[in-house]
Amino acid sequence: MLNLVGLILLFPLIGAAINGLLGKRLKKDTVGYIACGAIGLSFFIAILVFCGLVLLPPEARLFEKQLFNWIESGSFKAAAGLQVDPLSSLMILVVTGVGFLIHIYSIGYMHEDKGYHRYFCYLNLFTFSMLLLVLGNNFLLMFIGWEAVGLCSYLLIGFWFEKKSASDAAKKAFIVNRVGDFGFALGIMLIFLTFHTIDFTEVFHAASEGGFAVGNFTITIITLLLFMGATGKSAQIPLYTWLPDAMEGPTPVSALIHAATMVTAGVYMIARCNVLYMLSPFTMTVVAGIGAVTALFAASIGLVQNDIKRVLAYSTISQLGYMFLACGVGAFSAGVFHLMTHAFFKALLFLGSGSVIHALSGEQDMRKMGGLKQHIPVTYKTFLIGTVAIAGIPPFAGFFSKDEILLESLVHGNFVYWSIAALAAFFTAFYMFRLLFMTFHGKSRVDHHVMEHLHESPKNMTMPLMILAGLSFCGGFLGLPGASAIDSFLSPVFGGHGHAEISMSGAAVHQSEGHPYLMMVISTAIAVAGIGLAYQMYVKKPELPQKLAGQYRLIYKILLNKYYIDEIYNALFVNSVKKGSLLLWKRVDAMMIDGSVNGVARLVGWFGNILRYLQTGYVRNYAFYIVLGCIFIMALAAFGR
Amino acid sequence: MINASIMTFNILNILPILVLAGFGMIVLVTDVLSSRKWVNRNILAYISLIGIIIAAVLTRSSTGTTLFSFNESFVTDNYSLFFNFIFLLCAGLTILISHNYIKREDINYGEYYALILFSTIGMMLMASGADLLNIYIGLEVMSISIYILTGFKRSKLISNEASLKYFLLGAFATGFLLYGISLTYGTTGAINLKQIASFIAEKGGMSDPLMVIGMGLLIVGLGFKVASVPFHAWVPDVYEGAPTPVTAFMSVGPKAAGFAAFLRIFLTAFGSSHLEWQKIIYILAILTMTLGNVSALSQTNIKRMLAYSSIAHAGYLLIALVSANDMGVSATLFYVLAYIFMNIGAFAIIIVLSRKGDECIQINDYAGLGFKHPLLAIAMTLFMLSMAGVPPMAGFVGKFYIFSAAIKSGYIGLAIIAVINSVISVYYYLRITVIMYMKEPAREFVPLTISPLMVAAIVISVVGTLQLGIFPSKVMEIAQRSILMMR
Amino acid sequence: MINYLPILILFIIAVGFAVTNIGLSAILGPRRPTREKLTPYECGIEPVGTARERFSVKFYLIAMLFVVFDIEVIFLYPWAVVFKSLKLFGFIEMLTFIGIMLVCYFYIWKRGGLEWD
Repeated sequence: MLNLVGLILLFPLIGAAINGLLGKRLKKDTVGYIACGAIGLSFFIAILVFCGLVLLPPEARLFEKQLFNWIESGSFKAAAGLQVDPLSSLMILVVTGVGFLIHIYSIGYMHEDKGYHRYFCYLNLFTFSMLLLVLGNNFLLMFIGWEAVGLCSYLLIGFWFEKKSASDAAKKAFIVNRVGDFGFALGIMLIFLTFHTIDFTEVFHAASEGGFAVGNFTITIITLLLFMGATGKSAQIPLYTWLPDAMEGPTPVSALIHAATMVTAGVYMIARCNVLYMLSPFTMTVVAGIGAVTALFAASIGLVQNDIKRVLAYSTISQLGYMFLACGVGAFSAGVFHLMTHAFFKALLFLGSGSVIHALSGEQDMRKMGGLKQHIPVTYKTFLIGTVAIAGIPPFAGFFSKDEILLESLVHGNFVYWSIAALAAFFTAFYMFRLLFMTFHGKSRVDHHVMEHLHESPKNMTMPLMILAGLSFCGGFLGLPGASAIDSFLSPVFGGHGHAEISMSGAAVHQSEGHPYLMMVISTAIAVAGIGLAYQMYVKKPELPQKLAGQYRLIYKILLNKYYIDEIYNALFVNSVKKGSLLLWKRVDAMMIDGSVNGVARLVGWFGNILRYLQTGYVRNYAFYIVLGCIFIMALAAFGR
Repeated sequence: MINASIMTFNILNILPILVLAGFGMIVLVTDVLSSRKWVNRNILAYISLIGIIIAAVLTRSSTGTTLFSFNESFVTDNYSLFFNFIFLLCAGLTILISHNYIKREDINYGEYYALILFSTIGMMLMASGADLLNIYIGLEVMSISIYILTGFKRSKLISNEASLKYFLLGAFATGFLLYGISLTYGTTGAINLKQIASFIAEKGGMSDPLMVIGMGLLIVGLGFKVASVPFHAWVPDVYEGAPTPVTAFMSVGPKAAGFAAFLRIFLTAFGSSHLEWQKIIYILAILTMTLGNVSALSQTNIKRMLAYSSIAHAGYLLIALVSANDMGVSATLFYVLAYIFMNIGAFAIIIVLSRKGDECIQINDYAGLGFKHPLLAIAMTLFMLSMAGVPPMAGFVGKFYIFSAAIKSGYIGLAIIAVINSVISVYYYLRITVIMYMKEPAREFVPLTISPLMVAAIVISVVGTLQLGIFPSKVMEIAQRSILMMR
Repeated sequence: MINYLPILILFIIAVGFAVTNIGLSAILGPRRPTREKLTPYECGIEPVGTARERFSVKFYLIAMLFVVFDIEVIFLYPWAVVFKSLKLFGFIEMLTFIGIMLVCYFYIWKRGGLEWD
């Protein structure tokens, strides 16, 4: 069954090819069926592969399929192979499974769009690239997938390219990601220089057996560079600014790419390279620190945003911060577990918000919503489940994964991590319920034109919602504390240190080892407190937020304007780069480069003209050239010795 | 004395050639009978294809051995078989793209197919020639057939002119080649490549200046066939004038055959004194690449552009010859195969778009093709990207191997010049893509009629281009095995 | 090289003789050109029309076909000389050769290469 793994990649590629090449001539329905069918088939194969893997004994759960050797030249070998192990098999299930639901949802959501086939072509292509990223057995293949998902993300953010904001957002995403990718590429090169191979198995084997001391300088640089790539792709400080803007894309895209799959690529990559990261405590600290700060930072921005999708975007950044925090303290399986549950409930939330937007004919501002509970009941119920899940109320999925991260951050990290994470959890519960209350509860603030068209979404949109709601409800049981199926399943990949053996504060281990249940109570309490506050502010006393905003004007303004980070970046980097490039353009480019390029072009043109004179069309001239050439060769042979 | 049993054994070695010759004659006879009701001209293409397939199967069946026959003047080894396969593929693809074209242009005569088969025989003889005379005979058989094919559009002046030019210059260049052969024979006393090699080894190098002159003249003669600068001047005129499928054929087949002979003569006979000729070929390679690419930049006619591009490709292949190592030879084999797919594919698209009396060969005629015929445009883009050497197309891998071979032999400067050249070439290849996708159509596209044979040719070319680009290692392995036998 | 000396001498004498004679006649001979004298000499008959006439390509075709077949027939002579030692193999070989020639002949005939109109 494991041999089928190639098919998982093949189906989406075929789907993309058919829709891309012939989509214009196909009927809309056919396009949708092809796209969904491709992902469905590949989901089916993914399940088969997963089962095949589970049937193996745990220590043998690593299957590599060499597809072909692309180029072999000297010591450089570019092979293409796929790797199925617990980590990648879990990822392909998430990607194809959630992807399949989102594809179905898209049929309804995008039905009126004239770029229907283009959309599905991109979406299939994205799924292919993401699977390539996850399944590749070496860094080069992963990098190709990494770049390809970036490209698809660019295409899909800018899907409605007639809108300037959308094409700007696409450009921003692309450029910001380039910064990260630069680091990633450098990291891969350094890996090749250090290990003389880019194959995962070989690199990790060499890293663990090769006598690299913990804290080795090269490894630290490698891991930092790789993490730089991860901050770009997974929207962490300082490269997170593209993700909120990326909400310009269609909502299912936000659900698939910018919540469930692509943005988690960074987490996947770090989990995949856990052997390297474990060798560098410094990088681990950086990862954990940036993760924790991002979690809190993004959550605080989310508190005051009014655009429903932007709130979710900041929430995504914040949750990704959690995952990095988990990886940073060495709890890779907790990170991956949260990745999975987050894929479920965040996809659900995005699709739910899409359903709301769909119902309100495109309205995204929560101040113009409210009281939608009765009008779109299915959306409301599923959305509620998603909100509860992300807020971390037991027994929903988000509770178990987030609780595990909180626990690990205390046990293997320190109190600072824990308190930041806990505060962020409080914020999360608050802003999510704020979103819920503003959208579904209270008085309706909906425009009455819009009100007339208010309708529940069609079946093909609500079905995925319900399935995802089910997953958000029960997905957490895979990681029950103490009997975590996920932990034991992933343990071969993380070599037993799913829970880190290194601990940055050894004392903490003993301190709280006996209190997982106490921790659960605390984190539940935090969540409930956040929900309660939101209830107070947005249901009980709807005038309170206004008052608070007036009172704490400065903080409110800073939060609303997202700490002015975009403005700061603009002033610091964008403008200075612009100014610098203007200078370069005026002075260097126009005068020197253009001058020389034009000169070269003129030279080539001149040369070309001379050649044209040579090309007379007369046989006698051509014969003469042959004679000249002959003499030239003779001269070379005679005197060139 | 001559032994009859040995003779029969020898005949088995040239069986593919005999089969092709037989089918060539069958085609001729069938054609003259086609005034009768029971013979149809349209089957001629199929008859020739059957002949090619049989020859290919026979070629395939004799791999893995090295056999000398006809007094050691003819050799059957993996090297020659690989090239034979290339020639047969080239002839087959040419017939696929010709079938409709020659019907439309009213030049549907059996001689067309027969001549393609005969010139393929000539190429096979060249690749299998173990002595200079045999190579020469092969070259003449190949060339004379192609001279005629070039002028096959008898009523078109430009075609006649091209044919005559090619013939006159070809005869001229052949004179140099023959003179080179006679000087080599005069100084070494042998025409057999191995005997020449052992003679030179005995003398400890090319002591006799006449021998060096002979070698130089051989370079002139073969340089003409592979269209190396400064023996290239005929190429644009002839390529432009010839019927388009013939252009496709001769931009690939004779070039491949020329390189087959070039490599065999210079690596076998003059292999020990490679320093003598490497510097000459080195300069020729630089001139050829650069002049080909620079001239291609300013062309507005796609056939002329491809003519210059084929000159440039000859330059890249000369690099492999300069490297004079195993990797260079196998890279040549790989590159020639890749070149067949991408070049014949590109010409196939040109033929599809042309109409009777309207060749549609201005580059601007391709404006807007991407919207009207997206599949054709994508195929054309693939071929152009491949020729420009963009991964993951066949052309990239081919160039990669050739440049690596140069670096391996220490010709880093040459490799750098080659890379710069392929950067220049990206401009004119991509220009076609840009025009196809970014420009409004300058003309109406009439509904196209594409015959199944043409579809087959384009599909084979696309698949080949991608296959060699994405999964090159298999073919490369075969290519590497081919040269082991040559020693 | 000394063996070739007579040839060189002969060569010099031959060239010298020609050059001397032409030179002498050019220097010594009287020159009184008239119109009649400058016209081309055609067996004493007055020239009619231009000498640069176009011939029908059919002459060339016939001539070429003759030459080709003539040369091919000449190949029969060496075969006949060694016929006995080549035995049956040579015989079959020659039959094949003649067979190919017959195919060519058939082709030319059918194509109309032998017809004047």
